[in-house]
This record gives sequence, C-alpha cells and structure tokens, in this order.
Amino acid sequence: MKPFTKHTGLVAAMDRSDVDTDQIIPKQFLKRIERTGFGQFLFFDWRFHEDGSDKPEFELNRPEAKGATVLLARRNFGCGSSREHAPWALEDYGFRVLIAPSFADIFYNNCFKNGLLPIALSNEQVSDLFGRVENYPGYRLTIDLDTRRISDEHGLDLPFEVDDFRRYCLLNGLDDIGLTLKHEEKITAYEAARGLV
Amino acid sequence: MWCAHGCADGDGRADLAGGHRARYDIDDVSHGRPVTPWRPLFRYEASTTMPDAPRTIVEKIWDDHVVCAPEGQQTILYIDLHLVHEVTSPQAFEGLRQEGRQVRRPERTVATPDHNVPTTDRGLPIADPISRQQVDTLRKNCQEFGIRLYDLDNPQQGIVHVIGPELGLTQPGMTIVCGDSHTATHGALGALAFGIGTSEVEHVLATQTLLQYPPKTLEIRVDGQLAQGVTAKDLILYVIGQLTTAGGTGFVIEYTGSAIRTLGMEERMTVCNMSIEAGARAGLIAPDQTTFDYLRGRQFAPQDFDAAVTRWQKLASDEGARYDKSLVFDAADVAPQVTWGTNPGQVTTVDARIPAPAQFGDEADRKSAARALEYMGLEPGTPVDAIKIDRVFVGSCTNGRIEDLRAAAAVAQGHHVAAGVHAMIVPGSGQVKQQAEEEGLDAIFRESGFEWREAGCSMCLGMNADILQPGERCASTSNRNFEGRQGRDGRTHLVSPAMAAAAAVAGHFVDIRRWDYK
Repeated sequence: MKPFTKHTGLVAAMDRSDVDTDQIIPKQFLKRIERTGFGQFLFFDWRFHEDGSDKPEFELNRPEAKGATVLLARRNFGCGSSREHAPWALEDYGFRVLIAPSFADIFYNNCFKNGLLPIALSNEQVSDLFGRVENYPGYRLTIDLDTRRISDEHGLDLPFEVDDFRRYCLLNGLDDIGLTLKHEEKITAYEAARGLV
Repeated sequence: MWCAHGCADGDGRADLAGGHRARYDIDDVSHGRPVTPWRPLFRYEASTTMPDAPRTIVEKIWDDHVVCAPEGQQTILYIDLHLVHEVTSPQAFEGLRQEGRQVRRPERTVATPDHNVPTTDRGLPIADPISRQQVDTLRKNCQEFGIRLYDLDNPQQGIVHVIGPELGLTQPGMTIVCGDSHTATHGALGALAFGIGTSEVEHVLATQTLLQYPPKTLEIRVDGQLAQGVTAKDLILYVIGQLTTAGGTGFVIEYTGSAIRTLGMEERMTVCNMSIEAGARAGLIAPDQTTFDYLRGRQFAPQDFDAAVTRWQKLASDEGARYDKSLVFDAADVAPQVTWGTNPGQVTTVDARIPAPAQFGDEADRKSAARALEYMGLEPGTPVDAIKIDRVFVGSCTNGRIEDLRAAAAVAQGHHVAAGVHAMIVPGSGQVKQQAEEEGLDAIFRESGFEWREAGCSMCLGMNADILQPGERCASTSNRNFEGRQGRDGRTHLVSPAMAAAAAVAGHFVDIRRWDYK
C-alpha cells in the first residue's frame, strides 16, 4: 500500500449528504477483475450523459475542481455496499483525502486499505470548509497525518482524529496481512484449543 | 444416506421442510479437486474472562473469537465462516497469488456466483463476456485454492445470504463475513455477521481472521404485535426511517422484544438483512426455539444437534447486560411502508402522501429530499397509493425466500398483472425455486402474468441483464433505492413482497390491508 504522510492539494466541494457507493462507482463497472483503472468510472452517472459527454453542472466537472485531490462532502459519505471499488475509483481518479462530517463504516475501513485518508470533522467545521472553497478560488488544504492537523494558507489549523493503529499503518504503508501473520502461532493455538483443525 | 462433501456430519437429511434435493456428487462442488472434509464450525463455551459480568450476545460472540489483542493494534478476531462471491473476490485471490499465500482454511470458505448471473436459461453461456469472465474467474480460483463452490449448474446455487442459512452453514454464535454489505442477514440465526471489503476478503482468506475494534451495541427493542398485513420488511423500513440511514453507524444492532420473538426465521433474516441500511454493519437476534427448529436437519447442522442447542442457549444476552444505546419501538405503530426517495430512510406509509422538503427540520435533509423527489419524478402531496408503477421485482437476499414467494403468490392468485406492468419473480436460491415449484407457486405466478426466473441477485442491483429502463418506476422487494441502483435513471420504491405483488396487479401502490384475497 502507498504510504500517506503529508499531502497538500486542491479541494473539490460536493455539497451532498448520503453519497452512496452506487453513485461513487455504479454496478456495471464491478465486473472487472482488476484493482486498477476505476477512476474513469468514478461517479459515472453523475459525471456523464448517456452519450458519454460531460454533465457540466456536476461538481467534479466544474473547471475549479479539475485536478482536485481532496474531496469535501456532507454526512454519511460512502453509505451502501461493501464494494472496495469505491475507494479504488476515488484513489485512481486522484483523490488522497476525503473530508465529511461522517462516513459509512465499511467504506471508511476500506479507504485505509488503499492509501486514502478519510477525515471526519464536525458539521460546523465542514460547513466552514465549504465556505472557504467558495471564497478562495483554487482553495488548497494541507493534511499532515503525522501531526494530525489540517491547515490552509488563510489561517486555518485544525486537529483531526484518526486512531493510532490505522494512522501507523497508513504512515508506513503497511500490509495488514503481514502484520497479522506475525501472530500466526496464536491463530494456530486458537484453532487447536477450539478443536477447529 | 449420501453426503455431498464427504463431511463428517452431513447425513443427507432433508434440509427444507418437505423439500426434495437432487442428488449430486462431490465433483459438482469441487471440480475434481479434493476439498478438505467439513469440520464442526463452532464450539461455544462460556468465556473464562469475567465469568460473572452480564454480557450481551455480541460480547459473548466477540469474547469467544478473540485470537489476541496485540498492544496498540486492532483485535485479531477469528472468523468461522467466510462466504465468497464473484464480484468482490477476484482481486483478493490475485493478491494471494502475488504474495504466494494460500487460503488458510478452505473448509471454512464457501463460494457461489450470484451477483452477476443471468436469471434466464442456465443452459446457455453468459452473454456478457465481462460477466462471464468474472464467474469463470471465481470457478478457477475455487479450483486453485480448494474452495467449495456452488456453481451455476448446482441445484443449491443461490444468493449467498440465502444459501448460507438454507444449507445450515450459518449457525448461532459464529462469526461470519462476506464481501457484501448484506451479510448481516445471517445475524437472524444469532451469528455476528458483517460485510467486508476486498482487502479484508484477502485478509480472511490468508489468515482466517480479521482486524477489528470491539463494536458498540445498539438494542432495538420492538414490543407488541405487527398488525395483519404488516410484515418484517415494513418493520425494518419503519425502523430505518426512524433511525435514518446513518443512525446505526458504528453499532452492531441486537433486535429484541416480543414483536421480534414472534417473527419466523425468514422474517428475522429480512430484518437483519437491512441493518446496513441504517448504517449498522451487523444486526442479530439471539437464537431461540424458532432458530433451533429452523436449523435442525439441515445439511451442515451439527451432528450432535441437542448438544449444540445446549451451547447455543447460553448465547442470549444476560439479564442486566448493558448496551451502548437502546431504542424501543411499538409494533402497533408500523403500517405498510413504501420508500419515496433515494435512500431507504426516505420512507413513509402506503396511506400517506409524498412529503414536501420543507417538512424536514434539517437543511441537509431538505436538500436531500428535494434532490430525491426530482430524481424520482414525484410531487409533494401526491397520495402514495396514486403512484403508478411500470415494473415489479420480487426477490433478493432481503425478500427472495420461500415465505416471501408464498406471500406474493397469495396476493397474485386469482388476479392478473395490470396492463403495461412487467413483473418478475426471482427466487433467492435453487432450493427456494424448487420448493416453490413443488408448491405450485410458479404456476400461480405464470397464470397471473409474472415472469418466473432462475436464482440470483438480479434486479436488486442490476449487474446482470435485469435492469430498469430510464424513467421506469419499480415496486421492488429489494433493499436499496439508490439512484440508478436498478438501472440508470430507474426509480425504485422498496416494499414488502405482498405490497409488490398487489402493486403489480393494480398498476399502482395499494394498501395490502384492504386486499381482496381470492
């Protein structure tokens, strides 16, 4: 997994709540057996007309959102299915950080497995960020996972929460399976004690 | 007696009441590769940690599955049963291959293709080459790693959350995972079951464990009795409406109360299935006599069943056990439900009118409602029973079991699908289909103008050819009404099987409490 330490990037604002995984990556693209190449299908039905042309009014198609690497949204982002294709698509499109008042559980967990950092802030803080995107053209945020702070060039400097273990794995780009296998003898002992083998 | 897998305790007992099972042999599920003999999956013993403290069922199952909790790390939790399907697994198997890893416990891993499979003639190859490749990939992966596969030509194939309980693989006290958010279905039998992403699928394949934090517990107690015509689907839609789609986030829900206790096993599955639509990864119901009666005699039920029941009886939450949060509902408040928006929390009763965005107190809710009404093509104030529909879908892991089909057939019998409405019935599994046919339900559906299909996820998520056309409005027994879920620009209303069948006949929503049963 790609490590995440510190990132500065353009913020795209998506003023929607309950953005579900069916919107993030519609089902017709789940048939692929690869892990890569999903960015082109991100928010497909919202981004494109049936004929494949852009829907200019969609948030990510606006000129100011081009090249964005930080996505700002409203509460319960990523609700719905367990499809990891959703973080794959966001990451492949170029996003590194997601900020919202809350995230759906499975989606939140899936992000950390893919070098994508989801940050939950309060409603007020998120609303403030929406205001800043509106007020400052080309608005950028710096996210420092090591110090757990978000800052901008206009005086913003906020702490954010992320649990120690996930932070450690993301900072170091660690493979969960490798970590668990360090305890393999305990798994074997558990199975033996329960008569499972 | 014969046994499909050479398993220790499979003695070929009939596994569906009165059901007939076609005989097949081990090659059908293993493709010639030897599969590891089946072992008992669960040995619940009272935990030795804090033996006197009252615990919830969630805490008991959790405690029983902790392998270790390394300092500063998530707990390593043992997984008893891993269910696998074609959509969320190919990248996980590929990951194993790249790292030269094996499947640690193939005998605890069971696979079936369901999401992406055609519900038409199974004798023909899958028309869509990409779908075909995905199903073929599952077959190859199961072969390579020695995993039991219920393939398309197997009479026991079906939606993974339907066949798990049906085969008796799902048992009380187990930890069960699957790369699918509706895995909570298995919680109906008192298992801690939840959906995981593909990276976690790979983790479970490689280690038979998952990294987890202890969940918070939410008790949803429903007292009283559901009124006639009001079903488990209406109950869970009502609860989601009250909780909102994020009200259960971070929790495992335990459903308790007299209204839950009187539900049959399949109704309990409908309730637990939709826990994720309230944001909860898992939902469960403590096992009781209903659970034990359901499991007894199923193919993979424990050989010494009575001893297992004695163990399972200890699982129920102890008197005085503490939940992180408790909510109480009255079953008498629940009426037949119809969703009007684009998430399952946007729901009302069949005798109500479509709400106006201004009715919502919160700015985000108002925006969301306005957007949903625009997408759904609905005007505030419209009576729900005046909404005309084009399509009807009865099926899915929420409502594709035999009792669901019986409920729909009882409504359809003696009536005919309205002109201009296209209605289809998709059984949740091969066994459900077979049983329905033995009971003559397929004939009732066909005579009433419904299409009768093969088992699969079908139009619940529209990965196969079963999709809505833009603008089409569907009464659906599935679990999600997200935009485009059943087809781009399709409009989904979630309802119970009886309400869906009634809508098919009337051409619009009708209050099932006033239905003219023939």
